[in-house]
Amino acid sequence: MNDLQEIPTASKTSTTSVDIRNVSFNYGNTQALKDITLDVRRNEVTAFIGPSGCGKSTLLRCINRMNDEIVGTRITHGEIVVDGINIHDPSVDVVKLRRDVGMVFQKSNPFPSSIYENVAYGLRMRGERDKAVLDQSVHESLQAAALWDEVKDRLNESALGLSGGQQQRLCIARTIAVKPTVVLMDEPCSALDPIATAKVEDLIWTLKNDYTFIIVTHNMQQAARVSDKTAFFYMGGLIEFGETKRMFSSPSVKKTEEYITGRFG
Amino acid sequence: MIDPEILIRKGMPRGYFKDIFVRLALGSVTYLILIIALLLFARIIIDGAPAIFSTKFPFVDIEFLTAKNETLHVFDDAEGTRHQLPASKYNEYLDAHPGATIYNEKTFSYSGGGIAGPIAGTALLTLGAIILALFFGVSAAIYLAEYAKQSPFIHAVRLAILNLAGIPSIVFGLFGFSVFVLAVPVITNTPSDRSLLVIPLLINDFALSFQGWNSSLMAGCATLACMILPVIITASEESLRAVPQGFRDASLAMGATRWQTIRKCVLPYSMPGILTSSLLAITRVAGETAPIMFTAAVAAKDDFPWEGLSNPFDILSSQVQALPYHIYTLAARIPNSEFTQRAQYGSVLVFLILVAVLSFGSMLLRAKLRAKLKW
Repeated sequence: MNDLQEIPTASKTSTTSVDIRNVSFNYGNTQALKDITLDVRRNEVTAFIGPSGCGKSTLLRCINRMNDEIVGTRITHGEIVVDGINIHDPSVDVVKLRRDVGMVFQKSNPFPSSIYENVAYGLRMRGERDKAVLDQSVHESLQAAALWDEVKDRLNESALGLSGGQQQRLCIARTIAVKPTVVLMDEPCSALDPIATAKVEDLIWTLKNDYTFIIVTHNMQQAARVSDKTAFFYMGGLIEFGETKRMFSSPSVKKTEEYITGRFG
Repeated sequence: MIDPEILIRKGMPRGYFKDIFVRLALGSVTYLILIIALLLFARIIIDGAPAIFSTKFPFVDIEFLTAKNETLHVFDDAEGTRHQLPASKYNEYLDAHPGATIYNEKTFSYSGGGIAGPIAGTALLTLGAIILALFFGVSAAIYLAEYAKQSPFIHAVRLAILNLAGIPSIVFGLFGFSVFVLAVPVITNTPSDRSLLVIPLLINDFALSFQGWNSSLMAGCATLACMILPVIITASEESLRAVPQGFRDASLAMGATRWQTIRKCVLPYSMPGILTSSLLAITRVAGETAPIMFTAAVAAKDDFPWEGLSNPFDILSSQVQALPYHIYTLAARIPNSEFTQRAQYGSVLVFLILVAVLSFGSMLLRAKLRAKLKW
């Protein structure tokens, strides 16, 4: 299910999912991102790491244009290409883009309605009214998010009754219910305890066969555990980008090594 | 070694009497206010209760609440018995006793019968004003909170709305009179002589005539709505902003449009705040006299607003009685006497009970909705 546009088959089969080319980004007059270039491979987990304020979340929010919601922000240079389509092209509908590029937020934010309604929300907003389709989607998404067994008997109870970790997995479930190709995660585990964090990480591992993940994290171990590639940002610039294993064992830039070993940040 | 007697000071601390004096002074001011409020309520309740409560089942004087307002006739009959009868019963009495001699007859305007007309008028005015104000107010609040970019111009708009709340209600009354009663456009085939501007519509004889709605229910509702708009806009905007940004982000990130997000994820969760503020606005609308004096209210009206209409929509252009205006009429236009007190204090008490019930209702509603919606 791809709403973006009719996509040339070549780009669908290509291994690059999100291609970020020379992107610079401004909050008002402050430059937040400086000439970032990196490409995210399909069905891989890419981690963005770096100290606070380095621009990693900003870049993440650029990919599904959530920064459009913030007044005074703009991409000053470069382009972001998702599945072969420049997302800032005037013909791209931002609403459809966000169906293809889902997002899970730092703070789990289920709506104060039932678990079922939370997961069905995305499809309902697309106009899906068929109960059978919704039921099917809710079942599959909750199962994919490893939450089905825990909530199957209380689908109609409030989502706020779930624990923090369950709420975050519910947010993942409702994000994948709209069948995106890319899932952006903005520090999804920062408010969770270690066991809940491990569950979410397992989830990312199992789901990466179907989705492309980009995860922003402050937790070095998490990046090492969960990601295939890691990008290290510092002061709005991309310092190093490469295979996670290599980055964590022998970083090629001194700054990266200092950050990974906890010398600053 | 320090003498312990010096460490634990004995006797009065410095400023002891000053402290007692301040405490007494502040306390007595507080209780003075309480006494004034109690005296006020006691007077209204003691004098008003006989008009609307009775010792017999159902303990409420239904007639006072459901009968139309009439002139009170007070007279003695030949046996020296004193009668107090509203105009309709007085005529029945005269018919039943043809040729009866009547002594010491006195009449008191507006003092007989009940106050159903004013109650109905106030209900209609309040309902209409709230519907108008909620529609326009919530729309404006959604625009200001969700769509408008934060610019100096929008800031000025918000400030202007806030300032609107400080305008005296009599000014709203005069504004309503000059705009809604005299100037707003209507489509008609017989433009009035005092119409400011007539634009022919070229369909039959119809024309757009800027002649106003006359003194009518809809002019009154529109004026009252203008008066409470700032309250509704400000409160609604605050309620909208109180909804966590996370709901909006999550909804947008799932591919909902902005309007879908507002309708499904923002408005439902801000409803408690909006409803509470509008209930408080209802109590204000129900109680205002000045805005309706020139725009909708009449002192005396024989029919209920919905009676004698050729078409149900004509109710909008009929004049109404209203409770606060009725109280004003009873207080200012007729002499005060033992026979008028029932109507005067009864009306005030009914009005007070109405406002108390609405305020209490809004408090209950708020508590209930708050408990239900938490995040």
